Amino acid sequence: MLIVSDLHLGKTERVLRRGGPAMPPYETRDTLIRLENDLQASNAATVICLGDSFDDVEAAKTLPEADRLWISRLQAGRRWVWIEGNHDPGPIDLGGAHLAELPLPPLTFRHIAQSGKSGEISGHYHPKVRVKTRLRSISRPSFLFDSDRVILPAYGTYTGGLRSDDTALAALMRPEAMAIITGQTPRQLPMPR
Amino acid sequence: MLARADDPCTLLIAPTGGGKTLAGFLPTLADLATMPHEGLHTLYVSPLKALAADIKRNLRAPVEEIGLDIRIEGRTGDTSQTVKKRQRVDPPHILLTTPESLALLTSYEDAPRIFKGLKRVVVDEIHALAESKRGDQLFLALARLQSLRPGLKRVGLSATVDHPEDIAKLLARNPDPCEILYADPGPAPDISMLETEEAPPWLGGGAAYAIPAVLEQVKAHKTTLIFHNTRAQAEIFFHNLWLSNDESLPIGIHHGSLDRAQREKVEAAMVRGNLRAIVCTGSLDLGIDWGDVDLVIQVGAPKNVKRLVQRIGRANHRYNAPSKALLVPANRWEVVECVNALKAVQEGDLDGDPRGSGPRDVLCQHILLRAASGPFDADDLYAEMTSAGAYVDLTRDAFDTCLEFCATGGYALKAYDRWQRLQQRPDGQWQLRDPRAAARLRMNAGTIQDSDTLKVQLKRNRGGKPLGEVEEAFAATLSAGDTFLIGGQIVRYEGLRDMTVQVSRNAARKPRVAVFSGTKFSTSTQLSQRTLRYLQADSWPDLPAHTADWLQLQRSMSRLPEPGRLLVETFERDGRQNMCVYGFAGRNAQQTLGLLLTKRMEDMDLAPMGFVSSDYATLIWGLDEVVDPRPLFDLQTLKAGLDGWLAGNALMKRTFRGAATIAGLIERNTPSARKSGRQATFSSDILYDTLLKYDPDHVLMQITREEALRGLVDFSRIEALLENVQDRIDHVTAPHVTPLAAPLLLEVGKVPVQSGSAEERLIAEETEALMNESGLTKV
Repeated sequence: MLIVSDLHLGKTERVLRRGGPAMPPYETRDTLIRLENDLQASNAATVICLGDSFDDVEAAKTLPEADRLWISRLQAGRRWVWIEGNHDPGPIDLGGAHLAELPLPPLTFRHIAQSGKSGEISGHYHPKVRVKTRLRSISRPSFLFDSDRVILPAYGTYTGGLRSDDTALAALMRPEAMAIITGQTPRQLPMPR
Repeated sequence: MLARADDPCTLLIAPTGGGKTLAGFLPTLADLATMPHEGLHTLYVSPLKALAADIKRNLRAPVEEIGLDIRIEGRTGDTSQTVKKRQRVDPPHILLTTPESLALLTSYEDAPRIFKGLKRVVVDEIHALAESKRGDQLFLALARLQSLRPGLKRVGLSATVDHPEDIAKLLARNPDPCEILYADPGPAPDISMLETEEAPPWLGGGAAYAIPAVLEQVKAHKTTLIFHNTRAQAEIFFHNLWLSNDESLPIGIHHGSLDRAQREKVEAAMVRGNLRAIVCTGSLDLGIDWGDVDLVIQVGAPKNVKRLVQRIGRANHRYNAPSKALLVPANRWEVVECVNALKAVQEGDLDGDPRGSGPRDVLCQHILLRAASGPFDADDLYAEMTSAGAYVDLTRDAFDTCLEFCATGGYALKAYDRWQRLQQRPDGQWQLRDPRAAARLRMNAGTIQDSDTLKVQLKRNRGGKPLGEVEEAFAATLSAGDTFLIGGQIVRYEGLRDMTVQVSRNAARKPRVAVFSGTKFSTSTQLSQRTLRYLQADSWPDLPAHTADWLQLQRSMSRLPEPGRLLVETFERDGRQNMCVYGFAGRNAQQTLGLLLTKRMEDMDLAPMGFVSSDYATLIWGLDEVVDPRPLFDLQTLKAGLDGWLAGNALMKRTFRGAATIAGLIERNTPSARKSGRQATFSSDILYDTLLKYDPDHVLMQITREEALRGLVDFSRIEALLENVQDRIDHVTAPHVTPLAAPLLLEVGKVPVQSGSAEERLIAEETEALMNESGLTKV
């Protein structure tokens, strides 16, 4: 099984449509290339996208034909679940199941973590962690987890991050929560707060 | 000036204090006195907000004396929205403004009406503008004004410069002539080095040792200005000065990070003559009427002789008395630099490098702002732009590429053309697709690159008084209880609230230091070569004994750099391995060398982490010791690694961020935007990496390369340096930091090396330590 969160496909289109600057329109391509590589490497039979897969519903609708075909190709022979996110709440005209959340006892997959729940896998916050090493502070996307939940970092190319010591994240996670900082070799550490 | 009132363009070169600003206004006052005028008559543009306010005060006096009914108003970033709106409807006779505010003013649909009566424009401190993108933006705005008002007369006011004809070319509409007038330069300034009983330290930029001597000077003069090269240094010095100020002399502090109300208070006190001394940085550097300033003190080496002379020139308003200035070196190396700078001043050896043609990111912004003011014809705009001196050489192709960038983004992948920013109408004119975008474009106008800053204020229950701002990166390092200096007082960090740094006053004597971005000055190559020759002497009788001894110590502990040889020192300090390379090639060449060497070190698995360059050396640090530096300098290998190396480094990404912001690809981080969605904004590095991968020839990548290379030297210069050296590389392994390497530890402008291997090792080391500390075994 491969779980990814916050792909934000079509971000360039959404920003442009709203009168913003024309960013390089390559983020969908870049995100899909990485997804394809990870699918090949993991040979996952099931893919769960934890929401905000598209930057908005309109961006999903206007996705260029080549990218739609690409996604269909990736979906072939796999179970694929789109969880709804705050950016893409509506149904999307693409293959795969569309769900508000996916219960898979004892786990629940949803976009935004809910305080008080447990067994929860979610995204939304784009968590990152800052490690103060002896020579330099290094900040990277990170997984956060405790006995109740896992919060995944954003997978999309055009995404920023929210630091683990932000009140929103610090309040959600148990005091003994851990983080895994991404990189060549992912490393585990107590979640900085 | 009056005799030349009808010339299209005049440049006046005069030292400050010669009343040159008033001279610039003479034709305006004469004209307004003889003929009643409706609306805007003269536009005055200066690089500094404070200067506009100052001119307003000074101009009022003669105007009232003659009894003229002239309205004079300022318009800067500090002007209120209400006043700005009113000025557009009912402009004053004389409007005092900055390049940024002028660019904005020309971007309104009613620009033709605002500038309807405009006859003259006066550009003050044009020598300072000529060196920057702010100048490029201004000259493009002048081209636009000239289209609106073909009879517009231009006057430029400049301090003494090496090549006034270059500035004249920028000022004039191409190909109009521009006459250059020279005022009497007055007597040469009286500059010397401050003698102190105590020796300056090896390392340090604060000049704390000189506090008693500086206080004595303040007491002996009416008003003293104490200049520093960085804001952080000004803060520390001011703090120390107050600790020793037993007589409670009125001394103030002024720099660009302080709250506006605070700055205005200091400016007003200075005008009234209530202050005995002001500790300041470049924010007071330009042209302000300094009243009775009779002494200028420069703390830290003047990195640039021309700048030094211009600064000192301000000190004196009595035209026939020499202005008086003292240099206070902050460390021993700066003593050597000061001695050589003084010799250069005596010999009239002004430095300064010529600047190439105007950068295209400014061009892109101008096109977008032009579109905000209404539809335009591409041919007309091209003709208008090439009438600006900096853009005379702009080809139609280059212009079209910029226009395409503004319209669609100009990407190789034409994905979303229906949303393009600019559209061509059936009649061929270009206009904004969405007229609402105009407001958004105006918000992002300007060419000054601020690093993101956060406001600092006292906690609400302690009055909520705004104190100034600090860089976001510095704020991120603070934890509750940390103390730092701002506006001369020590404050305690309490927390972050609504993107404002909340602090309380604190009585601690030793603060952590606020890190403000320091201005990077570059010495000319002449000054560093002069210094290298100077080091060859057997002894230095003109140096104070402490500094001569210090150089002798360098000689015995390591060696002194020599022409035709290359000295390389390696030493360990604070857990990092350092390598110092003394090329004396000027900052740009040393910077290039730093990039090349760290790339080489990465290839050799030496885990370099960063480097910093001064005019005489490059200091590189990393995790592993360089046992034998000689192979690093192999010309063939350095050259072979050249292709592609430049693309991925931090310097390029930094340059890209600046160019992309000016060209309108990245919107400025407004406080409200940051508040609403921090996880939604992402680093400009991602955009850079994406372009590098999928569209490496995109116009912004071209601009970035051009710009980065402007600040670097081409490989032939490095080649010449290393060929001159051949195998005469002297490697010294020192037990600790050497006298000559010490000043580099504090140099501003450190460039991080984003080497994967070093960061992976550091993360592994730190996470392991954290896991052990918390009693958790590795999973």
